[in-house]
Amino acid sequence: MSTPPAQNAPRGHGLLLLELDGAGSHPAAWRVSRTGPASVLDPEHLRGAVLAAESAGFHAATFSDPGLPDPALPDPALSDPALSDHDHPDRDAAARLNALQRAAFASPLTRTLALIPEVDTVYTEPFHLSTQLASLDYVSGGRAGWLVAASSSAADAAAVGRDTVRGERLSGEAADSIEVSRRLWDSWEDDAVIRDVPTGRYLDVDKLHYIDVENGSYSVKGPSIIPRPPQGQLPVLAPAGLLTPEAVAAGAADALLVSAPTPELLAAELAATRAGLAAGGSGPALIAELDVVLESRGQTAAERLAELNRHTVWQSPRARFVGTGAELTELLTDVLAWADGVRLHPAMLETDLEELSRLVLPELRRRGLLAPTIPDATFREQLGLARPASRYAAGATATTTAPGTEN
Amino acid sequence: MSHSTHPAAEFTPSGQLQLGVFFQGVNSGTVWKSAESGSQTDFESFRRIAQTAERGLFAAFFLGEGLRLREHLGRPHALDVAGRPDAQTALAALAAVTTNIGLVATQNTTYNDPADLAHRLSTLDLLSGGRAAWNIVTTDNAWTGANFRRGGYLDHADRYTHAEAFVETAKRIWDAWDDGAIAASASSARWSAEGAVRRVRHSGQHYSVDVTPRLPRSAQYRPVLFQAGDSPEGRDFAARQADVIFSAHPQLDDALDFRRDIVERTLRAGRGAQDVKIMPASEFILAATPREALEKKAWVRSLQIGPQQAIAYLEQFWGRELQGYDPDGPLPDIDPVVEETSETRGSGFHGAKARQLADQWRAEAKEKGLSIRQFVSAKTSRGDSTFTGSYTEVADRLTEYARTGAVDGFNISPWLIPSGLDDIVNHLVPELQERGVYPTEYAGSTLRENLGLATPVRAGAGVETDSVTARV
Repeated sequence: MSTPPAQNAPRGHGLLLLELDGAGSHPAAWRVSRTGPASVLDPEHLRGAVLAAESAGFHAATFSDPGLPDPALPDPALSDPALSDHDHPDRDAAARLNALQRAAFASPLTRTLALIPEVDTVYTEPFHLSTQLASLDYVSGGRAGWLVAASSSAADAAAVGRDTVRGERLSGEAADSIEVSRRLWDSWEDDAVIRDVPTGRYLDVDKLHYIDVENGSYSVKGPSIIPRPPQGQLPVLAPAGLLTPEAVAAGAADALLVSAPTPELLAAELAATRAGLAAGGSGPALIAELDVVLESRGQTAAERLAELNRHTVWQSPRARFVGTGAELTELLTDVLAWADGVRLHPAMLETDLEELSRLVLPELRRRGLLAPTIPDATFREQLGLARPASRYAAGATATTTAPGTEN
Repeated sequence: MSHSTHPAAEFTPSGQLQLGVFFQGVNSGTVWKSAESGSQTDFESFRRIAQTAERGLFAAFFLGEGLRLREHLGRPHALDVAGRPDAQTALAALAAVTTNIGLVATQNTTYNDPADLAHRLSTLDLLSGGRAAWNIVTTDNAWTGANFRRGGYLDHADRYTHAEAFVETAKRIWDAWDDGAIAASASSARWSAEGAVRRVRHSGQHYSVDVTPRLPRSAQYRPVLFQAGDSPEGRDFAARQADVIFSAHPQLDDALDFRRDIVERTLRAGRGAQDVKIMPASEFILAATPREALEKKAWVRSLQIGPQQAIAYLEQFWGRELQGYDPDGPLPDIDPVVEETSETRGSGFHGAKARQLADQWRAEAKEKGLSIRQFVSAKTSRGDSTFTGSYTEVADRLTEYARTGAVDGFNISPWLIPSGLDDIVNHLVPELQERGVYPTEYAGSTLRENLGLATPVRAGAGVETDSVTARV
């Protein structure tokens, strides 16, 4: 991988995110876990994983809770010999607790990790979502982010009795929901809670705003039922390609997750994504997506992957690294020249996180490639984003003053 | 945990009390004007209250919900504390820093989807090791609906029918996983055994659900259900569905009547006489001596209802500005301009016949010689639900509730955040323990165990309960 030309260079954030679900990202990870199949739902297991990620020096953890494959539906792999597990990569998947609540649970246990749940925008109520995410920002002291998803799953639609949404409408649902949340987060100005004893007013009503959003599908009145979150606006992450270029240019997302079929193609994909963004330095950060299987305890990475794949083949749309810690360090050194950060999806959390924290993160840090981890820093601060004034405030402009959590 | 194979036909007092704490977040009862008043939103306030309650062996930590910011004469209401976190998000965080206390989330049946809400409550239940509860509330107005895709669609008369279908669907979702559904070992065919999770379908007038439930049961089987409705329909709903009633009847005689009524309704619903616990909302103003407690009460009331709150309270019923009236003078002599009070200040204000009420109140204030401020203070003081006195005095009073079985405990709303439980836990709890009416340790690690509730009997165990045809 080469060094990017100046206009394609990232802003040098050097962020490492860790996907922190279940026993790992490989669907068969629970089979090789030391803690037993049911432990993926155990809060003590979650507590241990979160603390290990923070202690390893990751900047953020992401959480996701897609639905399970439907055991009530006939499984074609069992009846059709022409099909194999290959066609059903998720039939081995373990259940997951709600992503946003796991992030909330992790909040009081941590001080530096940004906590980023992946939350669907299509089959959720934007008003609830906005309140839940703002609440996550409060319980984490400003370390919350939102990874936007747009479900096209028929099962998700049936669960709430709605028609399946596909194609361009997914992009629209995501953008609409982000817009509602962003407006609701601004609907209380920072200093709306005044506690003015002489006039008997707890709130300054002039600093509360109806958002009156009306899009093609629904309307939301506002104001929010929770004051402005500590960060003002939570950083919003979205998979590159979900939102339209217009929505991205308008600031819907603060970071885009970029995938490529192989590690070698990541640089080109990052460059192409950056080139497609509006000129100027204020575009979203780019975060590369990477699956990781590492050599561990005398077992090569390829052997470990083969063992896991014997149960269920791991299919994912992401580039995959299979090798030693030293080789991964070199790859990440290259990728971080093109990306503001990398999200790692470890095949197996226990084993791969141990190798990452032992071999990879210390060396990347020694090379000066990683952002420092600062206790109590907000996620916006990690991303180098100023804390914006509410759009409804008179003379609203970005400001970097300390977050005005209510006091 | 015991299985309720033989529901009790007669109510027997347990002789014990439980305490819960209700961190209200939106109300006039929370004092924000004192130097000791802390943040209503910072997590430290929630942690402090929950951990203090747990030190006092409280059974439950309770959070409310209102899905639209309260208004006063068409603008957000300025005078009371307002703005609170999502209940389940805050409780999931508290699950990480508490070990025994129950975590009760108020959640609305009208503006949630059953599959989504049941999944989130299951999550809270699993994250907390079986300590989650759901306080079921209903809303029926377009004013709140303006914040939601679904809008305001429900007639007032339909709200319990709708809520009950919702709760039944949630229960079926929580019942869907067989024991042993999760792989026993690494060599099992798949993580969730094929056929071990029953699909839940419901088709109704307002929503339909077709879902394969995503989570197994918790250590307490499923979340405990709280309910607060006080109308005959609300009481019957609770008698059929709820584990705990968050009641509005704290006075001893009234509480005994309410107990009799609920036992009757519970038996009629085919459940045991002990199956529904009762915990009235209450406020405690305590001190070392009775006299200090009375002085403290006067101080608390003056901070809860200032002159502006007194006028605003009447404006809500009159439907017009009354700024010209002296808070220390008589009630306004002009008539209300509205027929009925609106829902915008919360359910307690909703639907009063304004003119009739104004006449009644003017007569009452005149007879008692009360100014606007005195009158409103009396009206809003929750006098019925306030226990004022020395620690020993109040402990003696509460012991009588335990002896008679009038209630199973009290759900306390602290008037000060975050230190409002300190005197209760430090002084009242030991007095109750000395009298043998309060636990000296947690009975177990789940909320169901700590409330003395039986494990639910599984709905249609082993039977394919595939769909409910009732239309709601």
